Amino acid sequence: MSRPAPVPSTGLIGSLSPGHRERLLALAHEVDHPASTRLFEEGGRADRFWIVRTGTVALDIHLPGRGPAVVETIGTGGLVGWSWLCPPHEWHLGAETRSRVEAWQFDAAEVRAVCAAHPEFGLPLVTLVAETIGRRLRATRTRLLDLYGPQPGAPSP
Amino acid sequence: MTLVPLPHRLTSRHRETADTVTFELEPLSGGLGPFAPGQYAMLYAFGIGEIPVSVCRTSGDGRLTHTVRAVGAVSRGLCDLPAGASVGVRGPFGNGWNLRAARGHDLLVVAGGIGLAPLRPLIDAVLAEPAAYGRLNVLVGARTPGDLLYRAELPAWRRPFGAVTVDRPAGGWTGRVGVVTALLDEALFAPENATAFVCGPEVMMRATARELVDRGLPAGRVQLSLERNMRCATGHCGHCQLGPLLLCRDGPVVPYDQAEPLLTVREL
Ligand SMILES: Cc1cc2nc3c(=O)[nH]c(=O)nc-3n(C[C@H](O)[C@H](O)[C@H](O)COP(=O)(O)OP(=O)(O)OC[C@H]3O[C@@H](n4cnc5c(N)ncnc54)[C@H](O)[C@@H]3O)c2cc1C
Ligand code: FES
Repeated sequence: MSRPAPVPSTGLIGSLSPGHRERLLALAHEVDHPASTRLFEEGGRADRFWIVRTGTVALDIHLPGRGPAVVETIGTGGLVGWSWLCPPHEWHLGAETRSRVEAWQFDAAEVRAVCAAHPEFGLPLVTLVAETIGRRLRATRTRLLDLYGPQPGAPSP
Repeated sequence: MTLVPLPHRLTSRHRETADTVTFELEPLSGGLGPFAPGQYAMLYAFGIGEIPVSVCRTSGDGRLTHTVRAVGAVSRGLCDLPAGASVGVRGPFGNGWNLRAARGHDLLVVAGGIGLAPLRPLIDAVLAEPAAYGRLNVLVGARTPGDLLYRAELPAWRRPFGAVTVDRPAGGWTGRVGVVTALLDEALFAPENATAFVCGPEVMMRATARELVDRGLPAGRVQLSLERNMRCATGHCGHCQLGPLLLCRDGPVVPYDQAEPLLTVREL
């Protein structure tokens, strides 16, 4: 049996205060998935989320006739899933483990209920999730610019 | 430093990607002074023109290695040169990376696309003297897996942390997908005792610098290598002006606290 993965010092968990971290982790279930495990499917009910302790998860989108295309990967410390936070609580993408993944899994309804009952914990948590979403949105916009691609006017190779 | 191009012979070339070539130049007589990591040469493709190109490895005996991406007439001319061809070289120019200020620090080397070229000699220098620095993190972003430079060397840069990510996965790519800043979550560094070296497209450098500062790095310890058109490379023609700086002479490496107000790309 290998040693349990350490608590990541970065990402959402690393940004929470020690007290809030403890409170969130009290709601976590430790999971350990082999590579190529489907965590959720596009259109499914977003009733859980994960924080990766080790390994990588790929987010994908199904392209008709081409199968799933990976749009982003999430590594150690990363939050997998945010559709659980806002209605209609439905996944916009699919997710699959790229390697063995050790993660904390959370029940979305339970976390939402604790956030509602304890806003002093809920607000910082939701703010951190919003920060994560904002960072990913900025990253997506940057990628839309195709920064590394040929510049206008440059000859094709 | 020389103002007149010194003739060099292209001794070997290696195609890195569909549009990028690495080649080695050997001086025909007495080489140029030593190049520090982050400095550049003006390479003259005879009959076409002259462009600034960073050194991506130095040998100590005057031989220079450059990686060039074909984007226009001169860079394409250089990429197409066969072994044995002549190239005129001026240099060394520019300030280079301030590696001395980073001694004892954790290091973040963040590269996008061809931006890895000027960072490779810096990685070489750190690996030659590992005890002088903290943890080395090498984060590399590219457009597709086929656009990755120095593929054979990437595995040696993985410890203690090194990772590669691509914007567009293709051809059975099983690695990371996404922007290079996403890798910062996993990098090993203490922000109050770290120095970052960043080179890539300007929007990528701004995004990286901003994120590093958000994570607690002082802006003055985020070094960016900036690009502007250059002609004289000696601070006389004004082509490379960025605010009060002449990048050919005062750069190309500029700390983010100085660069930030000068980079006027609109908010994404
Ligand atoms: C200090 C410094 C160091 C540099 N180091 C390197 C290096 O190590 N390797 C390298 O390949 N290049 C490097 N460059 C960039 C290189 O100098 C330019 O790509 C070159 O000047 C383009 O000249 P050209 O005649 O080939 O193309 P031009 O005819 O001048 O440009 C053709 C087209 O390409 C676009 N273009 C120009 N520059 C770039 C660019 N950098 N990236 C993408 N598109 C561009 C132009 O907008 C234009 O549309 C460096 C630049 C500076 C200032
Ligand atoms: S290139 Fe002439 S002043 Fe900088």
